[in-house]
Amino acid sequence: MSGHIHKDYTGAKFGMWLFLFTEVLLFGGLFILYSVYLARYPKEFISAGKELNVWFGGGNTLVLLTSSLFVAVSITALRRGAKRLCLGLLGGTIACAAIFMINKYFEWSAKIHHGIYPGSPHMKEMMPGEVTFFNLYYLTTGLHGIHVVIGGLILTWAMILIKSGRVNADDWVILENAGLYWHLVDLIWIFIFPLYYLILH
Amino acid sequence: MSDVTATATSDRGFFDEAKYSGIFGWIFSTDHKRIGLLYFWCIVAFFCIGVVLGLLIRLELFAPGETIMGPQAYNAAFTLHGVIMIFLFIIPGIPAAFGNLIMPIQIGARDVAFPKLNLFSWYLYITGAIMAVTSLFTGGGPPDTGWTFYVPFSAQTSTNVSLAAMAVFFLGFSSILTGLNFVTTVHRLRTTGMTWMRIPLFTWSLYATAWIQILATPVIGITVALLFAERVIGAGLFDPTQGGDPIMFQHLFWIYSHPAVYIMVLPGMGVVSDIIPVFARKPAFGYKAIVVSSLAIAFAGSLVWAHHMYTSGMSDMAVLIFSFLTFIVAIPSAIKVFNWLATLYQGSILLDPPLLYALSFILLFTIGGLTGLVLGAAATDIHVHDTYFVVGHFHFVMFGGTGMAFFAAMHYWLPKIYGRMYDKTVATVAWGVIFIGFCILYITMMVVGMQGMPRRYWDYLPEFTGLNQLATVGSWILAIGLILMFVNVFRGIFKGDPAGANPWGGASLEWQISSPPTMENFGEEDPVVTHGPYDFKKAGIL
Repeated sequence: MSGHIHKDYTGAKFGMWLFLFTEVLLFGGLFILYSVYLARYPKEFISAGKELNVWFGGGNTLVLLTSSLFVAVSITALRRGAKRLCLGLLGGTIACAAIFMINKYFEWSAKIHHGIYPGSPHMKEMMPGEVTFFNLYYLTTGLHGIHVVIGGLILTWAMILIKSGRVNADDWVILENAGLYWHLVDLIWIFIFPLYYLILH
Repeated sequence: MSDVTATATSDRGFFDEAKYSGIFGWIFSTDHKRIGLLYFWCIVAFFCIGVVLGLLIRLELFAPGETIMGPQAYNAAFTLHGVIMIFLFIIPGIPAAFGNLIMPIQIGARDVAFPKLNLFSWYLYITGAIMAVTSLFTGGGPPDTGWTFYVPFSAQTSTNVSLAAMAVFFLGFSSILTGLNFVTTVHRLRTTGMTWMRIPLFTWSLYATAWIQILATPVIGITVALLFAERVIGAGLFDPTQGGDPIMFQHLFWIYSHPAVYIMVLPGMGVVSDIIPVFARKPAFGYKAIVVSSLAIAFAGSLVWAHHMYTSGMSDMAVLIFSFLTFIVAIPSAIKVFNWLATLYQGSILLDPPLLYALSFILLFTIGGLTGLVLGAAATDIHVHDTYFVVGHFHFVMFGGTGMAFFAAMHYWLPKIYGRMYDKTVATVAWGVIFIGFCILYITMMVVGMQGMPRRYWDYLPEFTGLNQLATVGSWILAIGLILMFVNVFRGIFKGDPAGANPWGGASLEWQISSPPTMENFGEEDPVVTHGPYDFKKAGIL
């Protein structure tokens, strides 16, 4: 990750893993709030959770899992010298990120269309626990969405470096770290999906 | 960095070796020493601003009623005093400034693991600092919530809390990346022979601190981000009318901010652990115990956050558990104090300025720690909660602890970095003045708190007037001491006599290289370590 004379791959990956811990803890705050408020308002969470569309969530889960597969394979491809395959797979990952965000856009607009968004008149009529659920839903998936976009940008940057040859079959740690970040984005979704879309049904 | 030519013999060391000229040689440099100095000067500047705000607060409290400012200005002044001192001075103080300057050298490295990331951290720090300062002059006026940003007030006040909260987010991000860099550096860049049990105690304390920075800081990130969301888009996760719970804000806030107390004080303990053996001319007593206690503080300190909330509404069982855990943290802290004293015992003590500041750390931190137990015990805490006793207590820990350690580090390591020595007599006098002013100011606060004066209030009952005036006079003495100290140190490092490579007779690696160090710290060959950091006999000092 640095312009140091000797590239220390273990160090670079070590640093990345530490960074991923901090991301987990960042989302951890939201998951703590989820667990506390779920314990306090189980009925409201269930009634509000039914509003979420499991098909949107499930579809996006499939899209993200596929994208993670693409990233994993792309790293192996680069290490074996298949540069074009690697670039293609990374392009696929970024396409998946785009599909995820488009999906999210439709999902959110449908909710907003029904008057469900923070501070809306419709939300003011709901029970407090339901409002909490939707606030949490928007903030958690919103923060995750920001991470999807950042992850997509990081992978694009890695693609540019691969294209220019700076990241190559002998020097690939940047791609691996970018891939680790992408897996984290995926991993967090793996927790968001059941908590918001599945267990409340 | 490889384009550095043979200027290694220059007596100005790394100051003469820059890629770019002028200011760009500093703000684009990835050299850990230059970044350390960037931090150092920014931190000193913000410390001075914080001191001025503190003096203004004391001046307002010189007499009951309005003295120099109205209540709103007073609220803003103590909020800014807190935000600046905590987020811009104490937290980055020792790790970002002296950690960057000294830590890589102590383990025999030429730089940190990620030099570019290190520079990026400084930019995040400056961005956060600029945002914090901007929040004073924009929006609805300077924030008036106190540095803790408690909801619901912080979510409702019309002052510019949103920008200040984002400033905290950026400063936290900077802190995380510094921690990440340091942990990786200690794991990966130790030179040949620098085994874990030969790492100087200062670096050990930074290592423990860095773990807290990594694991606790993200929580304050999400907390202030949620506060921002509540203010800006109205998604009130802490708003009772939306089903939220303000107590959850306090939990999340302290899950970071209590461990942050150890981010503040652990590096100071490291400074003291490094200084005491050198000036006692004895190996550190109980080196391993000090190492383990640093890690134990980092661990146990993460489990005690709710002791800030005894009066906020928690079950008695929760209060009992957090009170018990709080007492546990006292054990590793006490281990350190006893080890320092045992190191001094029967040593041939050189009473130079760094040691004086380190000794005042031990005394003041111990008083701060023991009064902390008064607050950690739920029964007594209920009595003194939110009084000036608390203010006196945490100034003993933060200023008497970390502040003194910062000054000790300045007197100990700046001659290494600049290669010049300050006037030791003036430094000793300044230390005495600071110590006297400090005790008058903060002991008085504890007494007036015990008598029932609440903290954060703009006004007070007439019977507290005498003690408040005494405290304010103490703040003036303290300020005179600080001015004397800074003027002397800064005059010394620019105009003083050459300090030489090893002015104090230290045995750790930073004293084995020239002052100032060269760009690459060490010569062609990496150093090989054959003895511990306090083995003065093998190092040829004794």
